[in-house]
Amino acid sequence: MDDLDRRLINRLQLGLPLVRHPWQALAAELDSSSHELLDRLHELLEDGVLTRFGPMFDIERLGGAFTLAALAVPEDRFDAVAEQLHALPEVAHNYRREHRWNMWFVLGCATEHAVAETLQRIETLTGLPLLNLPKEETYHVGLYFPA
Amino acid sequence: MKPGLSAKQALALRRHLEAGLPRVSRPYQALAERIKGNEHRVLVQMHRWQAQGLFRRVGLVLNHRALGFTANAMLVLDVPDALIDEVGQRLGRVPGINLCYQRPRRLPQWRYNLFCMIHGRQRDQVEAQVQALLQEQLLSDLPHQLLFSSHAFKQCGGRYTPSPTGASLHG
Repeated sequence: MDDLDRRLINRLQLGLPLVRHPWQALAAELDSSSHELLDRLHELLEDGVLTRFGPMFDIERLGGAFTLAALAVPEDRFDAVAEQLHALPEVAHNYRREHRWNMWFVLGCATEHAVAETLQRIETLTGLPLLNLPKEETYHVGLYFPA
Repeated sequence: MKPGLSAKQALALRRHLEAGLPRVSRPYQALAERIKGNEHRVLVQMHRWQAQGLFRRVGLVLNHRALGFTANAMLVLDVPDALIDEVGQRLGRVPGINLCYQRPRRLPQWRYNLFCMIHGRQRDQVEAQVQALLQEQLLSDLPHQLLFSSHAFKQCGGRYTPSPTGASLHG
């Protein structure tokens, strides 16, 4: 990754202009060419540095229900429980965190009802108590990673 | 009212956008061809959706680990209910805090009601950053914990058909 890749990533995190010739507009800003920028974008996606390029839909505006949940998993069962969650299509992210509550995951379902059902299923499946921590208020969403 | 797409075309456009924006010099022209519309109307529809908040921007999802952001910390605080909005808004504006949400307490197991995500390249740097920002904000006295993630097991979209993929998902 070189300086142009980094500048491209940083610029795209702010959004591609919604105009007919967006790459021309960006090429002028980044002192490059449309062709070069598109090639770079393609490579960054191929290499897995980027996992998506396109409109970032606000999932909650589209319908669907979500929650953040946590389990306190005994260390000797950790991998097995991770496997159990992995098998559920509703589980989006699953992170191990250094805490007594050591498994943190996001559920994405079509409805609130499906979220409740899935949480119940996870409790039954694992036999572990669960923390259900749905978002109550959003104060800031602004993922930005300076490359 | 500017001319827009038909409902059928708009739906088809949304489906195409699930796969991302075509990576060509005139992406809206390319999309227009696929839905048998025209470039101008596609752009009008995109602006409309953006204004409605269906998407914030045409941007990207980064594999932040590939960029070296491996120190991913969740800062949780126990904020008195009367102060939660003020503190949440204040912390949400602090550079380096990527996400800031209120979530419910679950007493007695879980007392924390404010969640902030901080991503850094090094753990000690993130720890120092958090201590500094809590001091600056005069919040060091609030009960808080910093939970570092040591492993990401699964990172993909959940199931929420018929909605498009590629949305930001933070539970």
